Amino acid sequence: METMNALLHGFSVATTIGNLGWCFLGVVLGTAIGVLPGIGPALTVALLLPVTYGMEPASAFIMFAGIYYGAMYGGSTTSILLNTPGESASIVTALDGHAMARKGRGAQALATAAIGSFVAGTIATAALTFVAPLMVKLALLFGPADYFALMVLALTTVTAVLGNSLSRGLASLLFGLALGLVGIDLQTGQARFTLGIPELLDGIDVVVVAVGLFAVGETLYTLARHRYENEEIYALNGSKWMSREDWRRSWKPWLRGTALGFPIGALPAGGSEIPTFLSYLTEKRLSKHPEEFGNGAIEAVAGPEAANNASAAGVLAPLLALGLPTSATAAIMLAAFQQYGIQPGPTLFDKEPELVWGLIASLYIGNLMLLVLNLPLAGVWVKILAVPRPWLYAGILLFATMGAYTLNNNITDVVLLWIIGIIGFGMRCYDIPIAPCIVGLILGPLAEQQFRRALTISQGDATVFFTQPLSLSLLIVAALLVVLPMILRQRSKP
Amino acid sequence: MTTITRRAFAVLMAGAISLAAIPAAQAEEMLPSLELLAPSSPCSGYDQLARAVQGVLQARGTIPAVEVTNVAGGGGTVGLSQFVTSRPRKTSALIVGFALVGGVLTTQSAVTLENVTPVARLMGDVDAIVVPANSDIQTLDDLIAKLKEAPGDVSWAGGSIGGVDHVTAGLFAKTVGVDPTAINYVVHAGGGEVLASVLGGHATVGISGYEEFRAQVEAGDLRALAVSGAERIEGVDVPTFTEAGVDLVVQNWRGIVANPKAKEADIEALNAAIADMATSPEWADALKTRGWIDSYQPAEEFGTFLNDETTRIGQALKDAGVL
Repeated sequence: METMNALLHGFSVATTIGNLGWCFLGVVLGTAIGVLPGIGPALTVALLLPVTYGMEPASAFIMFAGIYYGAMYGGSTTSILLNTPGESASIVTALDGHAMARKGRGAQALATAAIGSFVAGTIATAALTFVAPLMVKLALLFGPADYFALMVLALTTVTAVLGNSLSRGLASLLFGLALGLVGIDLQTGQARFTLGIPELLDGIDVVVVAVGLFAVGETLYTLARHRYENEEIYALNGSKWMSREDWRRSWKPWLRGTALGFPIGALPAGGSEIPTFLSYLTEKRLSKHPEEFGNGAIEAVAGPEAANNASAAGVLAPLLALGLPTSATAAIMLAAFQQYGIQPGPTLFDKEPELVWGLIASLYIGNLMLLVLNLPLAGVWVKILAVPRPWLYAGILLFATMGAYTLNNNITDVVLLWIIGIIGFGMRCYDIPIAPCIVGLILGPLAEQQFRRALTISQGDATVFFTQPLSLSLLIVAALLVVLPMILRQRSKP
Repeated sequence: MTTITRRAFAVLMAGAISLAAIPAAQAEEMLPSLELLAPSSPCSGYDQLARAVQGVLQARGTIPAVEVTNVAGGGGTVGLSQFVTSRPRKTSALIVGFALVGGVLTTQSAVTLENVTPVARLMGDVDAIVVPANSDIQTLDDLIAKLKEAPGDVSWAGGSIGGVDHVTAGLFAKTVGVDPTAINYVVHAGGGEVLASVLGGHATVGISGYEEFRAQVEAGDLRALAVSGAERIEGVDVPTFTEAGVDLVVQNWRGIVANPKAKEADIEALNAAIADMATSPEWADALKTRGWIDSYQPAEEFGTFLNDETTRIGQALKDAGVL
């Protein structure tokens, strides 16, 4: 009851005309930067910090939260329509989302992403309201060994995206893992495979690889085939609304995506990519038509998009409850708190109730605004696909190149993008799936760090992975996910 | 909507007034603009300093237009080499610090801090060693005893190799007579991860900037054993290393350097603007809100300090077996 009263008070803070205005400005800005590749919410908030100095802290944070949520919505748009994921959390969306768009179902893909984001955002915000402190206590129990087990579990996603040929899929996975090794090794400070190029010291950015393989590689491939075969791309095939069938196939993935996204987002080293992977895997395993996955299954857009947004709310849980920033944007919001002389931490809820509850209430409002803003826009965005093909492809390549440059303001990323794009073209020609490579690139380095941290702390005793209940159960689930389908397949054979 | 426009207007007006308030006397030798490069991502320590400097310089009108750019990577060495090799159209300056000195050494960067012109050291902050509230380690002496008995049993959660946390842990071990290569140092990406690791009881001790732990220490979830500075942090009841019987002072610092290719007059103007900033009330305020220690040193002293610090950090990294 106390929470409800506090929340109601929060709504009274957030619904003043001024704060509604800041919230709207935030979500519009956020959607815009989400659409542009290379510019993330972290950078935007950092740029706006000095401007907000004269503002009320509550208003500033309401705007920042709008930017944060807005960027999560906007990120899916370029993924679906242009196959150009702007940030790593929307890479999975591109897999089936773009396939849907090519079939003229772009509007439905955008709609299920927007509604799914709304559903997930709202449920996860409610979870943030009521269980944040408890959630964070549980999240702290996760040690390096448990994280490693979680990464192994996420790595089994690979089995869902391997494609028809096991050896080709594994080759792609290993290529991704190898790319992930480039850069300074965190635990020893030594450079690996950097070829003496200082820009490679921080590793190869996942977004560069994803955009290179998806957008550049695919576009080059289609260009190369242009004279021989002409696959029709439809801007809109039939209605622009979701059919009854679409709704029926979407609602469960939204809920499951939320259930995966919020808790993993609340983990201090959970991140937003792992829940999207796990959601894709779950949906494919549970689906009655797994063969559609990769060719435009609506579940594969609905689930990961919901997971992505729910994890965005999850990230705020440790930030508000502990003052623990677990993503780049959260780190900047922490700095913003400090700019106003506010110390986030265990006492924030007591010391600054107006700010915290105003912020939480504005998350509900921002979510609603984003839905209202994005649903009608879905029909407008898909018109991009009606642009004459040569322009569209030139546009995608330009957009991708620009995005790679703005990531770190550095030309090395552009060169890398094109090298990887040409590799992607080759992979496409020889029918090697791209998704395993991305999974390996994202999870490989994370898993390696946690694996070595766990072993360093245990002084080389490898049993830590099996003696701790959390880690052990996650590993068992992972093993079952790989082994069970094999056994079932063996049995079903005559 | 009226509220918004009125507020936006107020912000614009505040900007206009501060622009109008440029002291006329300084006008002839003043720099019109400055490009300030932070060799790390937005919101990192370097970036926060860059934006604080930007705020104060613009508010005082000593340099009316300051633009902050972020070039992240390689412990700051990517930004450093870009800064030294590029030919900027306007005067440019770079934020440097303890971690960059370590980064230059560990990455064997071709460009070093000898290639830049020191302007000033600006601020410092101190590291703290913390344990979870339920740990059996009560004092720094308990920790030392444990380290001497079995250094591997004490896992340290801290920041990157060659950074201030890592160097402090190594120097601490050496000072108390434990082999620095034997300590069990677990690298984490940033203070947030360190905090999570200690709070969850996964690492024995955490070492990072005191500000990272402040809220948890005040709430009683963590116990701070000691801080690494020469003096106690104001209002914080935690002993320094020296007070706790360990003869060691390490302070994280950050400062600003100029491009040696710049005109001498421009560097002088930059020095003057920074010197003016360092004694201003706005700067004192900026330091206070961020919990930074004022460790201002003008160009010449800062140059000597940079040399000494490079030698000291290099030795510490050799002792720890990194170089």
